Amino acid sequence: MQPTTPHRVRRPARAPLHVLGLLLTTLTLVLFPLLVPAVASAQAPDDQSQVNVEEHDQNIAINVRYDNEPVADVRVVVTGGGYEAEALTNDRGQARVGVPTTDAYEVLIDEESLPEGVTVTGENPLNVEYGSQFFQPANFFLGEGERQTTGLMAQFVERLVNGLNFGLMLALASIGLSLIFGTTGLTNFAHAEMVTFGAVAALALGVFADWPIWIAIIVAVALSGAFGWVVDAGIWRPLRRRGIGLVQLMILTIGLSLAGRYVFQFFIGGGTYQLPGAGGTRHQILGPIRLSTVDMVSMGISLTVLLLVAYWLLRTRTGKATRAVSDNRSLAAASGIDVDAVTRIVWVAGAALAGLSGVLWAYFRPGIKWDMGVQILLLIFAAVVLGGLGTAFGALLGALVIGVLVEVSTLWIPSDIKYVGALGVLIIILLVRPQGILGRRARIG
Amino acid sequence: MDWGQILNNTASFMLSAETIGFMLAALGLSIHFGYAGLLNFGMAGFMAIGAYGYAISILSFGLPWWAAMGVSMLGAIVFAVVLGIPTLRLRADYLAIVTIAAAEIVRLLFQTQLFDRWTNSADGLGGYHASFRAANPLPTGTYGLGPWTYTETGWWARVFGLLLVALAVVLVWLLMRSPWGRVLKGIREDEDAVRSLGKNVFLYKMQALIIGGVLGALGGVVIALPSAVIPQYYLPSLTFFVWTALLLGGAATIFGPVLGSMLYWMLMAFLSGVLPAMAAEGWLPISTTQAGNLRFVVVGVALMLLVAFRPQGILGNKKEMTFVK
Repeated sequence: MQPTTPHRVRRPARAPLHVLGLLLTTLTLVLFPLLVPAVASAQAPDDQSQVNVEEHDQNIAINVRYDNEPVADVRVVVTGGGYEAEALTNDRGQARVGVPTTDAYEVLIDEESLPEGVTVTGENPLNVEYGSQFFQPANFFLGEGERQTTGLMAQFVERLVNGLNFGLMLALASIGLSLIFGTTGLTNFAHAEMVTFGAVAALALGVFADWPIWIAIIVAVALSGAFGWVVDAGIWRPLRRRGIGLVQLMILTIGLSLAGRYVFQFFIGGGTYQLPGAGGTRHQILGPIRLSTVDMVSMGISLTVLLLVAYWLLRTRTGKATRAVSDNRSLAAASGIDVDAVTRIVWVAGAALAGLSGVLWAYFRPGIKWDMGVQILLLIFAAVVLGGLGTAFGALLGALVIGVLVEVSTLWIPSDIKYVGALGVLIIILLVRPQGILGRRARIG
Repeated sequence: MDWGQILNNTASFMLSAETIGFMLAALGLSIHFGYAGLLNFGMAGFMAIGAYGYAISILSFGLPWWAAMGVSMLGAIVFAVVLGIPTLRLRADYLAIVTIAAAEIVRLLFQTQLFDRWTNSADGLGGYHASFRAANPLPTGTYGLGPWTYTETGWWARVFGLLLVALAVVLVWLLMRSPWGRVLKGIREDEDAVRSLGKNVFLYKMQALIIGGVLGALGGVVIALPSAVIPQYYLPSLTFFVWTALLLGGAATIFGPVLGSMLYWMLMAFLSGVLPAMAAEGWLPISTTQAGNLRFVVVGVALMLLVAFRPQGILGNKKEMTFVK
């Protein structure tokens, strides 16, 4: 799984008064496609100082020096136009990051990766704009001194909000998985592909077909629902009729998941695509909370849809029937509920919700990739198990807990193992309270 | 289209290190799933522990190759115990979710920058071959028959791997005809019935998990023997490829895992040769990269069809698979 937020954005530290030395970072922007392949081919493919150089024609070359001595292992993050990449400077103090377009890019030095007692005294991040020229130098001024770090509380709040955003997105996917489990008993590993389906459909319509993104997203969610109906009617209903066991069905979902994943790769390849409007600048909302417009819209959509789902489950006839079937399939059938119809509705609704969460996940990561759904599949499972398999509101609660846990835990653990905490919770909850937070005690062993 | 080349390559994959490693891992999985009924979706974790245990023991601690393999097996035993204590009491679907999560935790811990000193994080480990190759009893040179022509190092890794497979096959055969194996099959069919006979079901399951896990770790070692260890190899999909190989041959059979792994890798090699060639000839209206990846779609669909229509696999007996429900 890829980390969802590859870097911590820090505010630039202002120049401290007691500057003892000057660190000059020359940032050179090279728009010189001819030069790139020669340089790129000379490097090992996994060299962390050469990022996406082969994929893109333009690249930004970063040069970090201290008193004419190169500084190695400085983390540099390049963002802009929905693109984001990070690199580490090599032992010559250099790094090169390929960029897809000639838009303006923001180049940020991660101050935590600088040597002890050194800060950036100039602007950080630096905005780099392409002109018509091939070459544009820009200077960072760095100096020795105290680093002004954001307080722990402020960081906590910022990550809490980020985690809520992530959790709401997870909740959309989790409710579908939980309801499908509740109504049919199926542990659907192919749910990840439903998440990816929504994002890929939005990509096909909004980018490849160039529709307005709003319409593309709405149609993509509708298509996801239709996809859920097709999968249920075409695969699962006939198999249920044949009386195939649940364990067999579970392994079948894995086959479907593998096939689906590689069908996506067949169509969009191994690269990462962006939806229009991804990334964007973050506005200061309140105190340390900084959110981009997309973040806010995404949270708004998640909340609205989740409230609608809650209303549907609690107040409408079909929603109540769904909860009844989810609780006890045979009892519901005996009391005159059309179980097959409910199952169909749950598949359509679950797939549509998963598709929507895929679109939001594409904005949150950011980027659309053939295996993006699988990257969060286990987090979705963790959320569902934590809340209680088969319960809709448990899934919502579990997703929020998992989302916040994943983001906030990066305060103490490295971000490349932030999913480990969530997966650990999954195992611990099965030890301590296997029915989950909201689930009723049932036989699980 | 060069049919000779494609068929040659396909035949050669019958004896690749990956095929032999898959045989061991699938044998382990047949103990878990085929005989004990445990739905272990975390085989990739055992394989990762095997490969990393071997590589780290040699590179960081300078152990000889046979001791490094001992470390791998020990690692698998520890992982099986740690994994088994919380999960073996769970229902099948919970067990599946937890094992897949545990395998992912293992992979993420091998991949993180945190232990870079030992694991080399995302770049993986290589260059641990000297000790194993020094023990090579085969004469130098390139020899063999037709597509199965390798150098002495190539043969050594294969012969050693096949030796392990032979030992594992005999072990599984002896175990499953012993009273221990009959209890295990009883647990698979009806746990409560066996419990009412006074058997400690948990202990039997744990022993099965350990033995199968050790075989999985050895599979990981055999795959790593001639090549390198890279964390991205041990994704959950690796587990599912092993599952496909197992179900193809027959989950509750002795030779099913061996046959299944062989057929699985021959099919993969054949498709990765024939599909791009067909695209290059213009018979398929797609690019060669797209054609190359189509084989994984075939694997997914094959897995679905197998489970739906022939869950007992090629060699299996349908009566042995009634526990899958």
